[in-house]
Amino acid sequence: MADTQQAARPLSPHLQIYRRTLTMMLSIIHRITGVGLYAGTLFLAAWLIALASGPAAYGVFMELAGSLIGRFIMFGYTWALIHHMLGGLRHFVWDTGRGFNLTVVELMAWAHVLGSAGLTVFVWWLGYKMLGVM
Amino acid sequence: MSDMRTPMSRVRGLGSAKSGSGHFIAQRATAVALVPLSLFLFALLVALTGADWQTAHDALTNPVVGVLLLMFIGVGVVHMRLGMQVVIEDYVTSHGTRLLALLANTFFSILVGLTCAYAVLKIGFGS
Repeated sequence: MADTQQAARPLSPHLQIYRRTLTMMLSIIHRITGVGLYAGTLFLAAWLIALASGPAAYGVFMELAGSLIGRFIMFGYTWALIHHMLGGLRHFVWDTGRGFNLTVVELMAWAHVLGSAGLTVFVWWLGYKMLGVM
Repeated sequence: MSDMRTPMSRVRGLGSAKSGSGHFIAQRATAVALVPLSLFLFALLVALTGADWQTAHDALTNPVVGVLLLMFIGVGVVHMRLGMQVVIEDYVTSHGTRLLALLANTFFSILVGLTCAYAVLKIGFGS
């Protein structure tokens, strides 16, 4: 009796086979930022718990958040959220059945990359303005 | 006695699992809601940059701020659970591990969501 379940079936080629394109990298980054934001909710939870616990706990949290590593995490979270959000907006356009023209796809991809970088810097510029640094 | 049918023939004709559209729509609906809610979060965090405990605490006692934060947390947690579910289903092929990962995903999402909500409500109701 032939074991049909073990039949060697051809597999579709995986990622490393294809030429890297911007849209493909953005698709991968969309997923990575999503997973990053998933973990990042712990940072948001820590902030809210510290705030609810009182001035002492909040002081400790702000100390950690204000450190170099803390700022790096928050900057990463800012960029990840903005990037994931803009990626979502691109998907909304595609969900309506529009924007599949290759020129439009490339344009949206570049707007996505530059837009997320620009908006992240803008948000942090506003934050530093609040601190009176800028 | 082992089944002589191929995996394909066993599922053929059964149709879909019936919950795919619901997942797709919920993912999009939460995504739409998260656009303005994320913008609100950025506005709040920028406004509270460098603020001391009293200022930040006072800001969150404002009912509008509190409710919007609760919405961001609630909608965000549902969205991230749906997203992580897809990631798990894509990469975890072993049946048992996948089941455990999906369960952990649900537990983590609820835990983070309720923890954040508890903190916001505690601040909002005051003490």
